[in-house]
Amino acid sequence: MAGEQKTNRVNLTEKDYEGAPSTMCRGCGHDAISASVMRAFYDSSVDPRKVVKLSGIGCSSKTPAYFLSQSFGFNAVHGRMSAVATGANLANHTLIPIGVSGDGDTAAIGLGNFCHMMRRNVNITYIVENNGVYGLTKGQFSATADKGSVMKGGKINDMPALDIAELAIVLGATYVARSFSGDRKQLAPLIEGALAHKGSAILDVISPCVTFNNHEGSTKSLKYVKEHLDPIHDVDFIPSYENIEADYKPGTDHMVTMHDGSRILLHKLHEDYDPTNRMQAMQMIHASVAEGKFLTGLIYYDPNRPDFAAELGLGDKALAELGQDILQPPPEALDRINADFMK
Amino acid sequence: METPTINDLSISIATENGTGSASANNILFKAIFKMGIPCSSKNMFPSNIQGLPTWYQIRASADGYMARKDVIDVIVMFNDVTAAKDIHRVRDGGVIVYDDSTPLSPTLKRDGITYFGVPANKLIQKIVPASPLRIKQRNMVYVGALAALFGIDMETIKAVLQDTFGRKPAVIESNLVCIEAGYNHVKEKGYTQNIAMLQPIPNGNKGKIITEGNTACALGAIYGGASVIAWYPITPSSSLAEAVEHYMPRLRKTNGSAPYAIVQAEDEIAAVSMIVGAGWAGARAMTSTSGPGLSLMNEAIGLAYFAEIPTVFFIIQRGGPSTGLPTRTQQSDIQLMYYASHGDTRHIILIPHDMKSCFDLSRKSFDYADRFQTPVFVMMDLDLGMNLWSSDPLELKKEPFDRGKLLTSADLEQWEKQGKKFRRYFDQDGDGIPYRTIPGNPNRKASYFARGSGHDADAKYSEDEKDYKETLDRLRKKFETSRKFVPKPIVETQEGVKTGIICFGSSYEPVREARDRLKAAGLKTNHLLLRALPLTEETRKFVAAHDVIYLVEQNRDAQMASIFKDEWPDLATKIVSVLVYDGLPVTTLEVVRQIRRHHDGETTEETQWQENKKLIASI
Repeated sequence: MAGEQKTNRVNLTEKDYEGAPSTMCRGCGHDAISASVMRAFYDSSVDPRKVVKLSGIGCSSKTPAYFLSQSFGFNAVHGRMSAVATGANLANHTLIPIGVSGDGDTAAIGLGNFCHMMRRNVNITYIVENNGVYGLTKGQFSATADKGSVMKGGKINDMPALDIAELAIVLGATYVARSFSGDRKQLAPLIEGALAHKGSAILDVISPCVTFNNHEGSTKSLKYVKEHLDPIHDVDFIPSYENIEADYKPGTDHMVTMHDGSRILLHKLHEDYDPTNRMQAMQMIHASVAEGKFLTGLIYYDPNRPDFAAELGLGDKALAELGQDILQPPPEALDRINADFMK
Repeated sequence: METPTINDLSISIATENGTGSASANNILFKAIFKMGIPCSSKNMFPSNIQGLPTWYQIRASADGYMARKDVIDVIVMFNDVTAAKDIHRVRDGGVIVYDDSTPLSPTLKRDGITYFGVPANKLIQKIVPASPLRIKQRNMVYVGALAALFGIDMETIKAVLQDTFGRKPAVIESNLVCIEAGYNHVKEKGYTQNIAMLQPIPNGNKGKIITEGNTACALGAIYGGASVIAWYPITPSSSLAEAVEHYMPRLRKTNGSAPYAIVQAEDEIAAVSMIVGAGWAGARAMTSTSGPGLSLMNEAIGLAYFAEIPTVFFIIQRGGPSTGLPTRTQQSDIQLMYYASHGDTRHIILIPHDMKSCFDLSRKSFDYADRFQTPVFVMMDLDLGMNLWSSDPLELKKEPFDRGKLLTSADLEQWEKQGKKFRRYFDQDGDGIPYRTIPGNPNRKASYFARGSGHDADAKYSEDEKDYKETLDRLRKKFETSRKFVPKPIVETQEGVKTGIICFGSSYEPVREARDRLKAAGLKTNHLLLRALPLTEETRKFVAAHDVIYLVEQNRDAQMASIFKDEWPDLATKIVSVLVYDGLPVTTLEVVRQIRRHHDGETTEETQWQENKKLIASI
């Protein structure tokens, strides 16, 4: 029986990537994202024991419990996941970190730490489950709610929305994508690409809140989002071990090669788009926002910038695994310092 | 005419900050140290870069007393702004050295004081080539003048310059000419004084080092295995992190890669969050900060407490929030540390009192954090952290790191064979300390999901009231276990003495001297030096064995006394607080004065206040 079960390259079944049963509302976009996360990890053949899951506080931040139960997880305090992940990454940069956050956690209370994580290009796959609303505290506007969007009780948001993808590009994130929770075909390969990337990979995933932000007048309702999606391209992720020649269509496809040799194939839907062009990326976001649309796809990619651990010169072995022989200098070195202090 | 004392002298140097006085003061202090005379220095500086008053106080004490001296024998009056006050700070019969490039204002003349004019401004204009840096040389002139007046020979000064600027002969030369100008001026004028002379003590400071507590702590942290250091600049703790940055690459073998990560974070919230993440992922992680930073860190400290993550916090205490007293010393964040965060929390605090214990306790703090899987605080204060202290050399005790109940993959396999199940928050041994795994452990049974307070013994999400109470009770049990492990107090007792003094941190030196003075005046005291919280049985016994306990601390509200009284209400009435909280290093006189007043039965403001409190409580 075991032999018949489908496994990936590390001999794990899809079940090995599952987590505890979800406690999200029925139909919540976050569950769809968790499904894409599991799909991406399975397809990428990443061993869950090499993964660390981190989150802050909020509905979205609960979800790491609902996938990859064999991975270590850390549900931190509100807004601080990006800094907690930075520390965890420095302690063990050989692990693969995935962070899940929400628009309140990331774009309001945790904005400062989020910015600096990207500024440092900390290696992480960072998913913002973006629904423009505080779910767990029952329906307050978040900083990503669009101007003019209507709250459930009728209140109109009069502040402009903070664009997470744009912010990420400005602050130095090296892999910036936007997607929609319901579009697994696009989202799963984008997550795979993020996992293969070494650096801050930010995925702004529009994930409608079916309970507090799914009404007429909301610009993050399921209906509204579906009607206003603006995909730049279809996305395929090709792992390093696969031959891609068959799929690549010159002229209509754009290919992005990752550090580990895997590739992301972007099948263009309208104009030609090069995600390594920073200015073009910004222009596209602005144009799309002006039209009231959600630009989706791999918006920006910087293949060259080293991640924070590399910048700090960390070696092959994790700091957490260094023994006293490395960590504790010899007593003679202290003698020399004492001698200096006698002068 | 007095007979000069030998090697017993206190000098206060008043300058403007940003004028190079730190360098001059350092040379003067080290010259006295090099003569073999026991000496200490206190830097009373503003939170400012240039133009505000600063005082540097040097004490030479043949008896080896290191506390800030209450009586000032000599004032170097090089700051016009503070001069009117400075003339009253020197004792009757004392000496004032001033810059007589311009005549001394008659309002600055005080009877009974000997004035020595040294035209520093004029001298440097003659001997230092014109440059914007010339003004910085002015202070070197008083170094020479004091050397000539009090008997520091120029050879000693030259040796100190060599030690300090060894690789920069031009700098040595340019400073030396200014020092010599001051020295020669005093000799030419024939200035002499009769209050004190400094005389070399052969081998007097042999084997002694001079350093600052923050440096000693940084070295302790490096030897203790700190590998992730996240911090945010804040006075007076920055120099600790900077010392880690300085020494780490020099001390820890690199082989091309860095076996450490030092991050200057964007704020203290990020700094604490980073070390919580790093501690969870298995590194020995630390931060350093002071009161305002500690306030910001509170939320994540609670997370570390409830998720049981080893982390180390170096807290260099200073005066309160915002502007004004960041550069002054206090012990006023004791409760902020002890009970840091929300929910029921209490923490282990290690309390160094000298350079050696700064090094030792810093090194050991990582063992305590790992053993108890919890935040551990190293409680410092500015006086200890940023002033230069003479000390026996730092010493490395060779002992293996204690990583506590950390399970490897092999351990887990062994457990499985024995039929034992790894449960992250289960009290397997009955001591309140659970077993821990760290991310990257390849065993399939190793992983767990870390969270705040809402979890059960298996780290599963839970809002169950029984689970929550069990978590709280076990954490308390763990804290109780730590009482048996934390550093014991150092106790000094004599049979039949019924008066005890308890102190900790930088109060140790003034209390040591105060006890000698009290004894000389007929009041014998026993002493307990507190080195950690939670309180231990030794301290309870000490309190119980005395009729009265003077508990010396540097804050207004008797924060440590409150902890004592909370622990041992039956002993509460024995405790009399000696409180010093003006922001300056404690003087011996202040300790003696407060103890005497109480002992002699005077009603003091402090006791009056205590009485009022009792009265209000009884209504």
